[in-house]
Amino acid sequence: MIRDITIGQYYPVKSRIHSLDPRVKIICTLLFLVSLFVQSSFLGYVIATLFLGMVIYMSKVPLKYIVKGLKPIVILLMFTVVMNLFLTRGGETLLHFWIFTITEEGVRTSVFMALRLMYLVAGSSLMTFTTSPNGLMDGMEKLLNPLNKLHLPVHEVAMIMSIALRFIPILLEETDKIMKAQIARGADFESGNIIQRAKAMIPILVPLFVSAFRRANDLAMAMEARCYHGGEGRTRMKPLKYNGRDKAAYLITILYAAGVFAVGKFVPFQLWIF
Amino acid sequence: MSIALEHVNYIYSPGTAYEKRALNDISLEIGQGQFVGIIGHTGSGKSTLIQHLNGLMKATSGDILYDGQSIYAEGYDMRKLRSQVGLVFQYPEHQLFEVDVISDVCFGPKNQGLSEEESEKNAREALELVGFPEKYYKQSPFELSGGQKRRVAIAGVLAMKPKVLILDEPTAGLDPKGRDEILDQIAKLHKETGMTVVLVSHSMEDVARYVDRIIVMNKGEKMLDSTPKEVFRHYKELEEVGLAAPQVTYVMHDLKDRGFDVSPDATTIEEAADEIMRSFI
Amino acid sequence: MNMIHAEKLVYEYDKRDEEGNVIGTNRAIDGVDIDVPQGSFVAVLGHNGSGKSTLAKHMNAILIPTGGTVWVDGQDTKDPENLWDVRKSAGMVFQNPDNQIIGTVVEEDVGFGPENIGIPTDEIWERVGESLRLVGMTEYRASSPNKLSGGQKQRVAIAGVIAMEPKCIVLDEPTAMLDPNGRKEVLQAVARLRKEKNVTVILITHYMEEVIDADQVFVMDSGHIVMHGTPREIFGRADELKSYRMDVPQVTMLAEELRKRGLDIPKGILRREELVEALCRLR
Repeated sequence: MIRDITIGQYYPVKSRIHSLDPRVKIICTLLFLVSLFVQSSFLGYVIATLFLGMVIYMSKVPLKYIVKGLKPIVILLMFTVVMNLFLTRGGETLLHFWIFTITEEGVRTSVFMALRLMYLVAGSSLMTFTTSPNGLMDGMEKLLNPLNKLHLPVHEVAMIMSIALRFIPILLEETDKIMKAQIARGADFESGNIIQRAKAMIPILVPLFVSAFRRANDLAMAMEARCYHGGEGRTRMKPLKYNGRDKAAYLITILYAAGVFAVGKFVPFQLWIF
Repeated sequence: MSIALEHVNYIYSPGTAYEKRALNDISLEIGQGQFVGIIGHTGSGKSTLIQHLNGLMKATSGDILYDGQSIYAEGYDMRKLRSQVGLVFQYPEHQLFEVDVISDVCFGPKNQGLSEEESEKNAREALELVGFPEKYYKQSPFELSGGQKRRVAIAGVLAMKPKVLILDEPTAGLDPKGRDEILDQIAKLHKETGMTVVLVSHSMEDVARYVDRIIVMNKGEKMLDSTPKEVFRHYKELEEVGLAAPQVTYVMHDLKDRGFDVSPDATTIEEAADEIMRSFI
Repeated sequence: MNMIHAEKLVYEYDKRDEEGNVIGTNRAIDGVDIDVPQGSFVAVLGHNGSGKSTLAKHMNAILIPTGGTVWVDGQDTKDPENLWDVRKSAGMVFQNPDNQIIGTVVEEDVGFGPENIGIPTDEIWERVGESLRLVGMTEYRASSPNKLSGGQKQRVAIAGVIAMEPKCIVLDEPTAMLDPNGRKEVLQAVARLRKEKNVTVILITHYMEEVIDADQVFVMDSGHIVMHGTPREIFGRADELKSYRMDVPQVTMLAEELRKRGLDIPKGILRREELVEALCRLR
């Protein structure tokens, strides 16, 4: 069940989106996210839907993967919809019973909020689906490079993050295994109060930490053996270089954002937090 | 005591892109006191199979009977089943967590609700059964050698006094002597306690020496289920699925092909030597 | 010319009590002399805790001797100046396949070493392609390592070392955590390296079947080299091997058993064809 989590996982196929420079994908994703928040017009969402749909189509990531990525936010989504549906007042009253009132504005807001949340997650998971974690880290590293001048260890942080990404699935699987082994020894993780349950975690956490440290130790040794000595003097197998297609992607996204923004100008600007 | 599987199927992540049939219509019965080997390579379904035997995984369809009772019946006491069918995972030392050996082995019995004294009594018996020296009882399990750690981990399951002991690759990563010691200890345990033992392995040589029945798994199916001799008679089929009979079996077949009057059924060195010597008289 | 040469190698580490005070020293390696000629295949056998892995880690300066000297391709590993040259000359593959793959995509992992030693981009791609071909993992170059079998992961690790074009590759129990199929894959990859690249191979293992093709075998026990010879010579001394917690291949054992029962079979039989031939000759 732990393995079902898809968010943050790379989907390795060849597509025009996959082959874009990670920096393009990071910045365009940010632009897309911002575009979701600066407008709330029907037309704006039509454009956003078309844009997202086009990118998903071009990325060759099956739609059901993206839908599966939405699973973790289902509860948040329902909460948002319900809150907005009942608490937003304005426009014509569509339904009224006891203390509940549903207005036209409420329906509009809740639908838009739901779309905004779903597109937010879909857009950012599309970035991770189409960019290998290493590519993502490379992109971040390059984008944050100016911070190097402030003596921030940008390369090191990027390396740590990319290693963490590689080991998360391994450690999750390991947790699963240790948990099963302790259940086989009669451990009970489901009953009891909070303190008892927290205590019941010790037989999982101790072995997990021991294993994580052993892995860290092994990995450090393996990296040293392969001559790793920080970012200095390192070359790149996949150096980041903008080409024509990357520039086109920037242009399209900027045009999109400008379009959405312009459309948003015709309707009153509103920013809802629930 | 017996465990019976009736048409058990198990499908991973059904309905998704990752859907995979891990067990395909498995029916078998393991009787009281048997010493059974389960053989198959990685991905053959052997690990999935044993996790069904103590209810850690639930079959997608089919039934499992423990002592004639379906473990999937409403209200069936799974925790009791898990204490009767002890499962030792691969690299079991990775689950050790307590400050000293004896406390770690007490974890199982305490979970069964036994008192401090009873737990310790069972733990001591279990450590003795695996041949773990008493002078290290108070030592941290993390400071022991690989072979000793593994003994402690096996004792951790034995301390629950199971009627069936299932071991998944108990010799993985051990050196030859360590491997023989652990296997000898398990064989001794089986002999002394009459416990049912299920040994999962991918080494034919190991299994042939100890067990009286071998179940060969391949691609989620039960391919063969018989005595070692009978199973190794199918050595050509075993090879086709990436397994192999013990080396001596091949020697005997080669000799027979070269006109020696030997029976090719030998599976251990002693049997093979006896056969060859007999052909020379 | 010797690829690796060690003289009176000693490695000691401090034993500490619970408060961290030094209460003595452990000698993991105790006066080892070893010569590995260029292009040869050398196996080191030994039980868990015999010091064989500690020895291996001296061959690419992960550990530095506390006594004696190790030269890798003529360079003293004690001299910090030589550190990166030593590691470039002698690549190392470790036991746990999961804990030595850094990249999240196979080809990126193979490129990690060349990146570290500053190889130009175009050449990295060439080397990665060639290394993956050598270990037969080309079709998985875009896969995530997490989706591979143990044997495949270990072959990726070997490719990662080969891409640095070392003269020598040290494999520290590369098959200990693999199933028989994975073991076969890894050994085939190593055999291919030897044939096509003429790399010096040092294989640390406790699987007897894996050392049959070695040029020389060293057996270690409590930090010493206790036996040294060709596989045939070593396996001809089955009882001695067993006293060091080792084993001999089943065929060798059967031959030995038959010899004990009075058949005139030569010592140190390694393969089943040899045993069958020997028995046919006796008839």
